[in-house]
Amino acid sequence: MNLTNEEYGKYVKRHALPSPVVKDTVKAFVIGGTICAFGQALQYLYVAVGMDKEIAPVMVSVTLILISVVMTGLGLYDSVARHAGAGTLVPITGFANAVVSPAIDNKAEGLVLGIGVKLFSVAGPVILFGTLSSVVYGIYYYVMKLMGV
Amino acid sequence: MIIGILKAFAVGGLLCAVAQVIIDKTKLTPARILVSYVCAGVFLTALGLYRPLVEFAGAGATVPLTGFGYSLAKGTAKAIDQYGAFGIISGGLAGTAAGITAAVVLGFTSALVFPSRPKFKNFISESKKTK
Repeated sequence: MNLTNEEYGKYVKRHALPSPVVKDTVKAFVIGGTICAFGQALQYLYVAVGMDKEIAPVMVSVTLILISVVMTGLGLYDSVARHAGAGTLVPITGFANAVVSPAIDNKAEGLVLGIGVKLFSVAGPVILFGTLSSVVYGIYYYVMKLMGV
Repeated sequence: MIIGILKAFAVGGLLCAVAQVIIDKTKLTPARILVSYVCAGVFLTALGLYRPLVEFAGAGATVPLTGFGYSLAKGTAKAIDQYGAFGIISGGLAGTAAGITAAVVLGFTSALVFPSRPKFKNFISESKKTK
């Protein structure tokens, strides 16, 4: 094949694998999106069987947590997470996985110092900084309300 | 209904894709991403931006961890409307109580029931050997 430099450049570009960042991002988008789409389908189902519209989204989260916890216990979540990156991290399933994983891995250390402590190795910071920001927001909201904004 | 599911897919996927770019570009650890997402959810709710997103995308906005932040902020605002200043300290966790309780109780149960993984692998390979 006789190619000019320019043509060769185009040829390489056409056949090169997409950069890992692009590939990772597409995977995260598809898998994360699928988890959320499943959640939405579940939410429609819960509302259809007569669940309160305010409660349904919460029960969707609880259901997803249950699924994630069982899959983590069976070692299945990690095999999906290896490909999905942020796609399995950012949904609530990723939070549940981060809660259970260290607890299971350190259960040999006992109920209190093993499971009890490790259950909060990720949940701890999440709940801490989440609660902290909600209090800051609460003060702001309260002051704004007092001023009648 | 199909449109609703597609919206959830698009918005939820987008929130995950953004996190992936952050991870690849900054080497931020997963725990920090989770914490940042929750705080971002509170912040975006405070700005009045997250509620419209929830109305638009449903589970696409409530399932990602920013939705956890949204629940914290929503619970706080609701409690302040109801109880005044007391709501500042009572509302956030009340709004997320079901999720936290589920994660902790189911997590504990699962940690009790399932064997830790290195042992689990040994268990499988040993059972294969004996056969």
